[in-house]
Amino acid sequence: MEQVLTYVGYIFVVIGAIFLFLGGLGIVRLPDIYCRLQAGTKASTLGAMSLILGVGFLQPQWMIKALIIIVFIALSNPLSSHALARGSYRHKIRPWTKEDIDAYAQYIKEQGENEAAEEDKQQEKQES
Amino acid sequence: MQSKSLASKPVRFLYSWIVFFIVWLAFTSTLALPEVITGAVVALILAAFSYETFTGWGFKGIKLSNLWWSFVYVINFLWLMVKANFNVARIVVTPSLPINPGIVEFETKLTNEYAKMVLANSITLTPGTFTVDVVDNRYYIHWLDVTVTDPEEVYKEIAEPFERILLKIFN
Repeated sequence: MEQVLTYVGYIFVVIGAIFLFLGGLGIVRLPDIYCRLQAGTKASTLGAMSLILGVGFLQPQWMIKALIIIVFIALSNPLSSHALARGSYRHKIRPWTKEDIDAYAQYIKEQGENEAAEEDKQQEKQES
Repeated sequence: MQSKSLASKPVRFLYSWIVFFIVWLAFTSTLALPEVITGAVVALILAAFSYETFTGWGFKGIKLSNLWWSFVYVINFLWLMVKANFNVARIVVTPSLPINPGIVEFETKLTNEYAKMVLANSITLTPGTFTVDVVDNRYYIHWLDVTVTDPEEVYKEIAEPFERILLKIFN
């Protein structure tokens, strides 16, 4: 039984390592920050989860901790990648596209116009 | 939040405290008295700071049907995540790099703030797509390999497998 757990653990660790490697490869190969976020934060999420689960199988007394850490990764990782992407876009880093598909640009433009209009109004108020 | 009313503040506080305390017990995996007391105090402090955002419904959210659908959701989500991971791995190792990135939008039918957060995080965690921004009920999604741009079809492609189950849990 213990030996089976050990083998299962090693299999998970190896799968995790492969996905972490592919995540790294994606960061090198993909063209811009948004695509790199895809590879760097997501392939590595599954990689890290699988690796930690493997460790849990190798050391059964750590299993509960391993599962809790996996849940924490699943909860925190999307938040950080979302924040990075949104922050980059707000700093006017345009996504690399082949067919110019960018629905968010329209929204940013409208919002920018609204903000500019409000600033103008406030300036007028201050002047008067 | 619209479909069910908020629980009262003490109930939400108690709920948060219990959840934090259970997580502490699971994490330390011991019932030694000093550990348990420390956990109770830490959970109390955490709950005092975060109960207002941590839970809206309190104990009313715990129902057998909710637990069942949450379980279905997690299994469904894990399956989609593994599938999507293989998809991105395939793209990365293909020499010609077959990608067509872009930012698309769609509108969600969800009204609950927690449900929207879960949907946004699920979309982010499945590789190939991530949420750039959520404005009211419009989602802006960066997609590594865009196949459709029409919001209706994007919705069907990306959000429907998650939303079908989320609607059952939160409404």
